[in-house]
Amino acid sequence: MTTEPLLAVEDIHSYYGKSHILHGISLEVGRGEVVGLLGRNGVGKSTTLKAIAGLVHPNAGRVVFDGQPTIGLPAHRMARLGIGYVPEDRRIFPLLTVTENLRTGLDRRGVGKAKKEALLDKVYQYFPVLAERRRQPGGTLSGGEQQMLAIARAMMLEPKIMLLDEPTEGLMPRMVSQIREIIEALHRDHVAVLLVEQNVPLTLGACERIYIIEKGVVRHHAPAAELRVGDAIIHQYLGV
Amino acid sequence: MKLRQPVVFWIGLCVIVAVLAVAPLILPVFWRRLLTEILIWGLLAMSSDLLIGYTGMVSFGHSAFFGLGMYGAAAALLNSNPPNLWFALAAGLIAAAAVAAFVAYFSTRLRDIYFAITTLIFSQIFYVIIFTWTSLTGGENGLTFERPALAIPGLFSQQFTATTLHWFVLAVVSGSYLILRRITQSPFGMVLQSIRENERRTRAVGYPVERYKIVSVMLSGLFAGLAGVLYALQNQFAAPDFVFFVVSGETVIYNVIGGVGTLVGPIAGAGFFLLLREGFSRLFTLKYLAPVGLGGLAGMSYLVPVGLIFIAMVIFLPQGLLGFARRWLNR
Amino acid sequence: MGVPFAHFVIQTLNGIVSGMILALVASGLTLIFGIMDVVNFAHGEFLMLGAYVGVITFAATGSFWLALIAASLVIAAFGAVVYLTTLRPLLGRDPLTTILATFGISLVLQNYALWQFGPVARKIEEPFTGQFTLFYLDYPWYRLIIAGLAAAIIGGLWLFLKFGTYGIWIRATTQDRVMAQAMGIPVPWVLTGVFAIGSAMAAASGVLFAPLVGVDHAMGVDWILRAFIVVVVGGMGNLGGSILAAIFISLLDAYASLWVSPSQSIIVSFVVLILTLLFRPTGLFAPTPK
Repeated sequence: MTTEPLLAVEDIHSYYGKSHILHGISLEVGRGEVVGLLGRNGVGKSTTLKAIAGLVHPNAGRVVFDGQPTIGLPAHRMARLGIGYVPEDRRIFPLLTVTENLRTGLDRRGVGKAKKEALLDKVYQYFPVLAERRRQPGGTLSGGEQQMLAIARAMMLEPKIMLLDEPTEGLMPRMVSQIREIIEALHRDHVAVLLVEQNVPLTLGACERIYIIEKGVVRHHAPAAELRVGDAIIHQYLGV
Repeated sequence: MKLRQPVVFWIGLCVIVAVLAVAPLILPVFWRRLLTEILIWGLLAMSSDLLIGYTGMVSFGHSAFFGLGMYGAAAALLNSNPPNLWFALAAGLIAAAAVAAFVAYFSTRLRDIYFAITTLIFSQIFYVIIFTWTSLTGGENGLTFERPALAIPGLFSQQFTATTLHWFVLAVVSGSYLILRRITQSPFGMVLQSIRENERRTRAVGYPVERYKIVSVMLSGLFAGLAGVLYALQNQFAAPDFVFFVVSGETVIYNVIGGVGTLVGPIAGAGFFLLLREGFSRLFTLKYLAPVGLGGLAGMSYLVPVGLIFIAMVIFLPQGLLGFARRWLNR
Repeated sequence: MGVPFAHFVIQTLNGIVSGMILALVASGLTLIFGIMDVVNFAHGEFLMLGAYVGVITFAATGSFWLALIAASLVIAAFGAVVYLTTLRPLLGRDPLTTILATFGISLVLQNYALWQFGPVARKIEEPFTGQFTLFYLDYPWYRLIIAGLAAAIIGGLWLFLKFGTYGIWIRATTQDRVMAQAMGIPVPWVLTGVFAIGSAMAAASGVLFAPLVGVDHAMGVDWILRAFIVVVVGGMGNLGGSILAAIFISLLDAYASLWVSPSQSIIVSFVVLILTLLFRPTGLFAPTPK
């Protein structure tokens, strides 16, 4: 990279009780870049995203976002800095309506009424199904709709980077391609994406670069163009 | 070292018991009484430790067990002629056990906070019943009665002196400590501790957790009732104030201050608390405060500074005074 | 049974009046519990201190409104301080630790009040004059006004939670604290704010109770017990449930006192609690768990 990357993760270690989850993860995401993180269950992909989002505090290492070191900053500050986090189990607010869910990200200082309307309109264009259900409590939505809502909600923060944790898990194939379209739309809007997935074809298709993680360390790093479904490396680290 | 540990423990115990036995002979009356009281409250706190420290259940219901032990003994002493020590003991223990069974039945199915609140409310239920059923319990004024003689019918009968009563209390409390220690180190006690550590897992492994909890509450209640009987013997009166939930709260304070899960910690906690109480009551008078310019503090209850110390300990020293010794004591 | 119908109606009114205020107390407790899993044993003492601030303000200014506002603001600030110094450091720990800590706070505050204000009870006499005649008995207006105020405050709280940004922040934090943070909601401030609001509600209740009962250092204890019963019967964390439960229990209490003395009438509430624990432990007024 000739310019400063938007996100630089340097050798972070993380523990959960006595378990050593992250053994020194390093990765980078450039502005507007779509990067994928592949790996089996339990290797530390989610923990990496949580560390970047500030929800987990690494015990060692550095995370620099948009020029600013972020370890130790409270999670709500990270969101304000421009990190949109979409967790593995969606975790939309079940008793808030769709609109209220969106408002948790929308109601920020410095965002005028007109801007809010514009953002809402935009997201309802991306996700018409949410517009239909705007007054319904989040908990009554189907799995796929909740995934849309989780992504839409994070987009309300106007983030510079979206951290997506296994967005296609448990979704029907039709929705999987919808997710693919959303990632492309984000890319068009110059929003960087760090995608954690187990769905190899989707990841290889949507991302520009891939990191493969095993047992809390990055084992392989390559442009997506160099990797194919069925490659030996993929088979070695993901078993597919 | 491992082999020597039981020896060290027994030597230590004997030394402490010896010191406590000799104490009334050299202490002035007031401190002698205070020492006996510390032992009694210590027993109450120790009974509570079985629940808090070993089973992981914070109970605010001990005042009910304590009070019923007291009233049970009172009833026995008022209704036997001459007043019979053993009858009083039996009556107090049975009353406490009955109450403990009742409370255990309702409360043990609840977790944590709900359990604490429910036991508190049960304390208050008994308080209200005792306070208002004047014909049976003397209501607000409580009951007064004669202290029974230490008697084995047919063999001898000897009235208690302050010193012999102290020895009796010391014997009962030490005996209770040894019994409780045996219980906590037994397989039963191990299950209790595993319930404290991870209830779900203990249940998953197949233990009938509710039943263990109920037994734990009943044992705890039994020893709390025993403390109540001792108190009745010492002071010769029973009053509803002792059933009020604040007494339970203070018991929990002794536990925390002394160190939960140690059995002796709570006795130390009771001692610490009561000594602080004496200290502050004496210090917080104009005589001592005025010269230091703190005259305005005169008349403030000892509970304010002691309460603040308690809060600080909960935050900064949660293992309590003797908590560091927990591992060692539980061998 | 020989109880004149008029007395029955009066007791119904009394029950509703007490019930509304008790609902206010319980709502504060439930709000705090719902968002941070803390059962504030010292809630009753915030009520008590609020009552004292109210009494003093009323004595100085003669205005019940000022008394209400002053007590709410002062105790809100005080509550925030207590939270920041004592409860926040304990948030990650064992929930029983917070019970102990708040119990300690309750002891300290009670005895502080005893020392500062003395043992003699105080009262706010009839803040609004006038009575109306119901059947052949006179019922004072101020009682209804107080009930109305309690209802208004609860209603205001409901509106605040339902609409408005901060209401959404509070509800989101209650439902999922971690994701609320991930959405940029300043959760530490929200928690402090909710504790302050809950404390203010307790304080307001204290002022509202002041014309009805005596204000002394121990008044918090009575009401905290009732509030606990209400919260359990209404369903822990269920705002609507605790309001219904509060009125229900207060009505039972009021009717019971037609036959037995006040200190005994609380047994009725205890019985309701025991029945709830036996048959519907999640709460009589809570929606049936799925």
